[in-house]
Amino acid sequence: MSFELETAVQPAGLRRVAIDPVSRVEGHGKVTILLDADDHVHQVRLHIVEFRGFEMFVQGRPFWELPVMVQRLCGICPVSHHLAAAKALDVIVGATRLTPTAEKIRRLMHYGQILQSHALHFFHLASPDLLFGFDSDVAKRNIMAVAAEYPDIARKGVLLRKFGQEVIRVTSGKRVHGTGAIPGGVNKALTREERDALYADAYVMIGWSREAVALVKRLHLANAGLYNSFGAFRSNMMSLVADDGGLDLYHGALRARDADGKLIFDHLDTHRYWDQITEEVKPWSYMKFPYLRALGPEAGWYKVGPLVRVQNCDQIPTPLADAERREFVDFGGNMPIHATLAYHWARMIEMLFAAEEIKALLHDDDLLGEDLVVTGERQRRGIGVIEAPRGTLIHHYRINADDQVIRANLIVATTHNNQALNESIRQVAKRYLDGRKLTEGLLNYIEVAIRAFDPCLSCATHALGQMPLAVELIDASGACIDGLQRDGDGTVSSPQRA
Amino acid sequence: MTPPPVVVIAWGNPSRGDDALGPEFLCRAESIATHARDTFEFVTDFQLQPEHATDLEGRDLALFVDASRTLADPIAFNELKPQRDATFTTHGMSPSGVLAAFRAAFDRDPPPAFQLAIAGVGFELGDPISETAMRNLDAALALFTRLAVAPSAAAWRELAQCV
Repeated sequence: MSFELETAVQPAGLRRVAIDPVSRVEGHGKVTILLDADDHVHQVRLHIVEFRGFEMFVQGRPFWELPVMVQRLCGICPVSHHLAAAKALDVIVGATRLTPTAEKIRRLMHYGQILQSHALHFFHLASPDLLFGFDSDVAKRNIMAVAAEYPDIARKGVLLRKFGQEVIRVTSGKRVHGTGAIPGGVNKALTREERDALYADAYVMIGWSREAVALVKRLHLANAGLYNSFGAFRSNMMSLVADDGGLDLYHGALRARDADGKLIFDHLDTHRYWDQITEEVKPWSYMKFPYLRALGPEAGWYKVGPLVRVQNCDQIPTPLADAERREFVDFGGNMPIHATLAYHWARMIEMLFAAEEIKALLHDDDLLGEDLVVTGERQRRGIGVIEAPRGTLIHHYRINADDQVIRANLIVATTHNNQALNESIRQVAKRYLDGRKLTEGLLNYIEVAIRAFDPCLSCATHALGQMPLAVELIDASGACIDGLQRDGDGTVSSPQRA
Repeated sequence: MTPPPVVVIAWGNPSRGDDALGPEFLCRAESIATHARDTFEFVTDFQLQPEHATDLEGRDLALFVDASRTLADPIAFNELKPQRDATFTTHGMSPSGVLAAFRAAFDRDPPPAFQLAIAGVGFELGDPISETAMRNLDAALALFTRLAVAPSAAAWRELAQCV
């Protein structure tokens, strides 16, 4: 595995591109493409704003505030941060094993989050690309157009989201800023009425999730040549798996495979993640680059998320999703599937898994129990790892004798995927950049590649008027010879051509 | 049960400087509208999402409130229409996108909807709302006081002409 286009072999004559404060304020995503003297793509970099201020934000706070406080780190997956923090604090309060009621309520909350997040991504972010084609006009690649031409799909997307949000509301106590998970357990059980209300819709959600898998599979198979090669790259893979090797998004041990599917490590205790994973800092990005220590930074980078999880596990513990997993794996033959666009297919298999898990949990009377919290011998360090919708999420805290947080380290899924995102964009730029001019088509392709990972680029703010994506083309002399940006309203402009 | 006829949806991250304008507005607007609990329902969230379309069901009128980083004036108030939402992998939707999602989900037009944007200047994690944004918030609340007196699409359209 090499970074042939990330770092120039002969850097003379190439200007290093640094992120200035303006791009940090403005940007969700910024891509720079450097050309060599022959106008071939020389380097491609995706700059993502990541707030390493996360860790500073929580230092000095009492540890019991964390499960609520960390939800403010990200408006996209607050439940994942809520649960990862709670799992880390379970260790700190000595809760080595939660009560069945607490664990199942947390699992229900988590699978509600997986369902609603995957539904949002597929129905509202990715489906316009997939249904209308990557080359279609941007005016068509939006939910409005999907609603016009595929109203049933758009409607189910909204209602799947609503169901997932309702699961979260019932289990966390509130629609936002939920407080359900606390160190050592949960602060409330479900009432029978709450459970029955969710149960009434659970089977419908399974049915719609099956339809979504069928749709994305059909789209992939109908254009397999493009889907298998677009932005594709080989890499290591890492995710949690259950003790029996099955898919488990709430709890388990870490497993990593190489690009051929061979095990690198297995059943790694999450509390020892640092033995195998470390992070590299690169001068051109605010976001760190994690890699597997044993393989080093050049060969040890990996990807995470749905595409990895459904292939890294040995089975899925729900029947419908497992049948889909087997078909997916068979599609790859004897080798792992590394197609970036296969993330969509895998994501819908996980959505079906989440819907089945929710249904199974709603059958369980433990959800109505009264034994909610356990504690034990107090610890000073706690690590919580969970498979968030976009991939592995690690929360790591140290506290002092006054119960204040003195150190925090968070590795979010988009950080794990940092190198993978760059690699995918490189493949797209190499294939589609023609000459010294950026085209809206290339912008579309870059967007499609990034979107497949469902990266959380909006951890910053969402305020109205934010600029979403900019691409700059820089020649061998260091001059910016072209640029394109797509604004929040879909309009494309080029400051360099003005 | 019939929901209150007017829904006010305000969103933002309370811990990211002026991004907190939406939730802060909502908190204060609820106090202003205590006399009209049957008329208004207040909804807050981190981000605007497709399922907020379901909060529009059964309403006569909707008001979306958010911070703006590009607004030149302290506030802006205008009527919305369902339209394309080309936000790129931001996960958060625009108000117009939510109206479009309503049309998709329920196969009918959404209720008349308006947007109140409040200018913010700083959005860093851990920062409080800036003094400038607080002044803008006062202007937004003054407008809401007028909106609350006459909660109808016709009256709000007239006000939109003046702001």
